[in-house]
Amino acid sequence: MSAALQDAAVAERQHWMGVLARAGADAIDARLKELPALPPHVRLRGPEIGLTMLRGRAGGDGAPFNLGEMTVTRCAVRLEDGAVGHAYLAGRDLRGAELAAVLDALLQNPARRPALMAAVIDPLAAEQQERKASMARKAAATRVRFLTMANMR
Amino acid sequence: MYVAVKGGEAAIANAHSWLAEERRGDPSVPELSTGQIREQMTLAVDRVMAEGSCYDPGLAALAIKQARGDLIEAIFLLRAYRTTLPRFGASLPIDTGMMRVRRRVSATYKDLPGGQILGPTFDYTHRLLDFALAAEGHVPLPVPETDPGEDTACPRVTAMLADEGLMAPEQPSDAEPGDLTRTPLSYPAGRPLRLQNLARADEGFLLSMAYSTQRGYGNNHPFVGELRQGEVTVEILPPELGFPIEIGDITVTECQMVNQFNGSRTEPPQFTRGYGLVLGRTERRAMSMALVDRALRAEELGEEIAAPAQDEEFVLSHSDNVEATGFLEHLKLPHYVDFQSELEVVRAMRAAAAPAALREAAE
Repeated sequence: MSAALQDAAVAERQHWMGVLARAGADAIDARLKELPALPPHVRLRGPEIGLTMLRGRAGGDGAPFNLGEMTVTRCAVRLEDGAVGHAYLAGRDLRGAELAAVLDALLQNPARRPALMAAVIDPLAAEQQERKASMARKAAATRVRFLTMANMR
Repeated sequence: MYVAVKGGEAAIANAHSWLAEERRGDPSVPELSTGQIREQMTLAVDRVMAEGSCYDPGLAALAIKQARGDLIEAIFLLRAYRTTLPRFGASLPIDTGMMRVRRRVSATYKDLPGGQILGPTFDYTHRLLDFALAAEGHVPLPVPETDPGEDTACPRVTAMLADEGLMAPEQPSDAEPGDLTRTPLSYPAGRPLRLQNLARADEGFLLSMAYSTQRGYGNNHPFVGELRQGEVTVEILPPELGFPIEIGDITVTECQMVNQFNGSRTEPPQFTRGYGLVLGRTERRAMSMALVDRALRAEELGEEIAAPAQDEEFVLSHSDNVEATGFLEHLKLPHYVDFQSELEVVRAMRAAAAPAALREAAE
């Protein structure tokens, strides 16, 4: 695979992993209901809950410092065809992490990917995008419009 | 010194039963769920996460319920819980410049790119008790929404000043920061450890220290260059993957205080910054942290160290409310042997002093 193709493959995988990490077990389950059952998998690690140390930067752009920890759930699985999937997500959601890891393994298979993207990842991404957009619209409504003395007269 | 004392098991068990009853309160009033606390006591949850130094709203809500709303006790519970979990590594530094902003205000520029965004603030409320909230079933009005338009990026105010050469830049670095949860603090601690300590420090302590600088104890002429609050993405770099992935979003508050600096032999007169970054939406805490961070940079900037807020060891060693509470509350534990010896000393001193006093009275 050329470097550019490999970068594109990594970017695509980063996208679905980010979407699955934010979704949670219930939302993923809801999207899987219409699909054939997931193939069997074995757990390689977890699902397990631990901590990640969050870091910030002094002044926002200076040297890193430790801001505080957050809970994280992670899981690694292997499918019968040997494909390995990983998941890390913020918070405590064992089932969500396991589902995300299985889907990560399946999504790496080019034959399965389009159907799963259309049925699971794209709709979850759209919901997440709408939540962000809604917050941005509420924030925009609280943006101050200063009136100058000239147009107050 | 205090000694282990046996006995009292039944009394302790009964005391804890009573505690559970008191926690529940009047059984004719519906019980609080942790979901209600997480969603409706959000700023208490944010404080417990910040000072418990663990971002997890559900755990913080549970801790608040268990602690009967005693936030320092809740912080203690969360700190204790985190010690039971393994550490999966550290995140990449969060990029607050890419924050999805809910609130962003500047006291130094009226018209700035991205604008002044008030967000869900207590500011400009009249601080009159709202009895409508005392009635149940209160449904807030729908929140107005506006198309944000094209101009939504919020560049940093400090970068605007830095571009003009009027703001001391931060030293770019990717140095691995020290971690006070792994290695006890020693002094001088340095700025990364100071910021970690302040980010989890007691809010009341931070506020008082910050207030003392405003009142002239280490005066540092602050302006809120920028205060922003919103969501940032958390990224980690798992070694088994070899590329960074997003694991979710957290809400943080950041404060950039801008302070005048007269210059030194090596530095021209310019502005310097104090930095505050906290988990959650606790704005007072972010502002206090920024003032104390700037005060603690006195030595680095060649300023005279004359006030408590400028004294690194004083501030960092008294800022933690779990440590402070532990040392204070241990005074409740049995000190029977200790006290017996002091009692004997005082009696002996009185016995020695008594004949002299009698003689004086006779004269």
